[in-house]
Amino acid sequence: MAGEKEKKVSKGEVKEERKPKAPAAEEAAKKKAAAPKDEAPQEPQVDVDTLPLVKRVKEVKGEFIEDVKYFRGEITFLVKKEGIVDLCHFLKDDSETQFDFLTEVIGTHYPEREKPFEVVYHLYSTSKKHRVRLKVQLAEDEEVESVFPVWRSATWYEREVYDMLGIRFANHPDLKRILLPDDWEGHPLRKDYPLQGPPGYREAWIKAHCASTNKL
Amino acid sequence: MMEKGLMDKGSVEGQVTEDLMRDTLKTREMWLNMGPQHPSTHGVLRLILALEGERIVDTEIVIGYLHRGMEKLAEAKTYPQFLPYTDRLDYISSHAMNFGYVLAVEKLMGIEVPERAQYIRVMMAELTRISSHLIWLATHALDIGAMTVFLYCFREREMILDLFEMACGARLTTSYFRIGGVAHDLPDGFIEQAREFCKIFPKKAQDYDDLILKNRIWLSRTVNVAKISGEEGLNLGLTGPNIRGSGVYWDIRKDEPYSNYDKLDWEIAVEHGCDVYARYLVRLKEMRESCKIVSQCLDILEKLDGPVMAKVPKVIKPPEGEVYASVEAPKGELGFYIVSDGSPKPYRLKIRAPSFANLISVPTMVRGHMVADVIAVIGSIDVVLGEVDR
Amino acid sequence: MAQELVLVVIKMIVVFAVALLIVAYLTYFERKIIGHMQLRLGPMRVGPHGLLQPIADGLKLFVKEDIVPHDSDRWTFYFAPILNLVCALVLLAVIPFSYNFMVTRLNIGVLYVLSLASVGTIALLLAGWSSGSKYPIMGGLRSAAQIFSYEIFLGFSIMGVLMISGSLDLVKIVEAQSKVWNIVYQPVAFVVYVIAALGELNRVPFDLPEAENELVAGFHTEYSGFKFAYFFLAEYANMIVVSCMAVILFLGGWKGPVLPGIVWFLIKMCAFFYFFIWVRATFPRYRYDQFMRIGWKIMLPIALANIVVTGVVMMLV
Repeated sequence: MAGEKEKKVSKGEVKEERKPKAPAAEEAAKKKAAAPKDEAPQEPQVDVDTLPLVKRVKEVKGEFIEDVKYFRGEITFLVKKEGIVDLCHFLKDDSETQFDFLTEVIGTHYPEREKPFEVVYHLYSTSKKHRVRLKVQLAEDEEVESVFPVWRSATWYEREVYDMLGIRFANHPDLKRILLPDDWEGHPLRKDYPLQGPPGYREAWIKAHCASTNKL
Repeated sequence: MMEKGLMDKGSVEGQVTEDLMRDTLKTREMWLNMGPQHPSTHGVLRLILALEGERIVDTEIVIGYLHRGMEKLAEAKTYPQFLPYTDRLDYISSHAMNFGYVLAVEKLMGIEVPERAQYIRVMMAELTRISSHLIWLATHALDIGAMTVFLYCFREREMILDLFEMACGARLTTSYFRIGGVAHDLPDGFIEQAREFCKIFPKKAQDYDDLILKNRIWLSRTVNVAKISGEEGLNLGLTGPNIRGSGVYWDIRKDEPYSNYDKLDWEIAVEHGCDVYARYLVRLKEMRESCKIVSQCLDILEKLDGPVMAKVPKVIKPPEGEVYASVEAPKGELGFYIVSDGSPKPYRLKIRAPSFANLISVPTMVRGHMVADVIAVIGSIDVVLGEVDR
Repeated sequence: MAQELVLVVIKMIVVFAVALLIVAYLTYFERKIIGHMQLRLGPMRVGPHGLLQPIADGLKLFVKEDIVPHDSDRWTFYFAPILNLVCALVLLAVIPFSYNFMVTRLNIGVLYVLSLASVGTIALLLAGWSSGSKYPIMGGLRSAAQIFSYEIFLGFSIMGVLMISGSLDLVKIVEAQSKVWNIVYQPVAFVVYVIAALGELNRVPFDLPEAENELVAGFHTEYSGFKFAYFFLAEYANMIVVSCMAVILFLGGWKGPVLPGIVWFLIKMCAFFYFFIWVRATFPRYRYDQFMRIGWKIMLPIALANIVVTGVVMMLV
């Protein structure tokens, strides 16, 4: 167990190397924002490993955790993509965590990163009244396992992520677009998708859909 | 399919004969497209129903007809610029939508909001809850055929909208909240008028009860319809009054008190019926509790003086990081997840819309029920399509 | 002979013209009354207090484009509303508004009314079927099932009255109530009749065939313009007939002190009509299966029991 922990700590360091700017930049930005006024009490530097939730998760499912972050009172686990369903099952069923509610699933696109996609899961426990955030980082064309077996609500959330960012979920029962029409091309929430649609899109759409009343 | 419609009396015997018919006559189900233009899908919701006679075998929900790309737009707007867009999410409870957004940004920036503004916000949010529930009751009752309740509810809603108009000039899309407080202080005479409302409202709420609370037809249409257990509801993403109707004690205002909710005296409305009627009772109780909160806020606001805006930098540039803040909106948990890269625009903004999540459970709820129940179910979970499609 | 024929034709024209006018104004009164019950004013724009509103509505429907859906069965689609309105109006022929004011006196008046009312139902079924669209089909099926089953205990509820008065002639039934109205002898039958009438008329709480919140507009979803107006008029004409029948069978027809008979008749009819509107403003709607259950499992046994009790009492007295 101890060895595992060590391994994990070292992993966290490795990860930090890959993304070195995070804590420093955060501090700097905070200072910048705080500069003009007496900034409200910033959270004290918490050693994340002392938090009971982090302790428990690291103890049992430590092999899946790549990193833990703590910001504004919110705990974020960076999870290996193979472990997400397993970890979710654990978080839901364990008596100390009891995350029985999946609040949402979010996709984010960071084009400059090596693994440009991030899937974020927000969990909540109605009995313990606490929240946690799980993150999975994905390379282009990588798939992540659907958490549908754990929470059935994930079907729609994951469909939305697929719709908006094109992230595919393995073993999803019905992965198709949800908000956009089925024949839509592209995934709008990717950073390379233009705000007003692809060039020429508007004209093409009018031609296809408003042929009879084409006055535009 | 016509023969099936005729013989389907919906009784237990009907079920048996129906099974017999399916086995022997090889009938097939009828597909019925309900919406996006339909009187009671509350907007542009579309349901594709597979029917056996009038009984529902399967449902597919098609959404997106009102999709405006809010999340993409947010990435192109500064933080204050995006505020008015949140009004257009759940456009009948825009204060609550503003509330969720400003809380998220304030959490990200670590802004402390002045006391008076906190109380004004809570009061506005609760008035919004009443007005949203009134619309819900109105349309829900109308869907089930009780037409008069509809107009009664709109009478009281009008009083609330007048209050909103007094406070910020707008009745529907208010944008009254600001990052760090509210736009300006309450006008003269607001407190008196709000008090008047708090005095009248419980009596008027009695009117709605008189019309439908113990009405046999109402009961037979709502009791034991669309039952969903608390556990299943959580599994399917139900929040807000819907999950409280299934006996789950979960109200964000109590469990993770934001703003000043912990300083006020009120109760969570919970019912254990798990059906349409339980959700109806929860919302009725919530309206009364909200009315209590509003009058408490008024008492405090009368004495409490002070600024209504915190000191906020001209250009809002939150630190790098990500936060999730949620409020108990009238429809359920409304959350804003904001990723900031330190620039004046959000890098990524995700709206956790309660109506969207609440819709997930509709196919489960309506399975095995009749077409008329679909309407009751959609009414009971209270969807607003502006929020579903974003 | 020719003179008699002319007289009958004139009577017919008067009754139907007046009936149609009353029907048009019933819609106005319904909107006004229900409006005031619901804290609003109802129609106010056309004429003083919106008095010309029904005429404006009629004109609007008359000049509206006549739309026939592509998938419809064209001739049936045209035929259904006409059949419906004709059935409704023809019923008025036998209604005695006072002792000597009626188009024709029929010695089987009750049977005539019951049977023609059933034919009207077929029109709804045809309308639903011929529209070639799913909501109308469901509406049509609902209304067929509903009206056929409610007709049964509507008939049974009347049976007690017929036993007391010993005739199918509407005039004789009224005459039999010179001293005491039938409602006193037959209170249960009256209640059953009223409920059956609500079901028969597709009124709230039994307006399932056209439940606009479920089936958009039920069997007349695809109808527009004057064909729609036919259904609309037929519905209100049916309301008049049902109210008239209630007055004749249970409330002593034109009998009443001081005022002339026809005035009494109209007063009673309007009271009944007002009751329908009041119910509409008050109650939610039953679900289809619940509605059928009420009809077959509650109303029918009550109506049958009523017949038995009436028979036993009549034998003993």
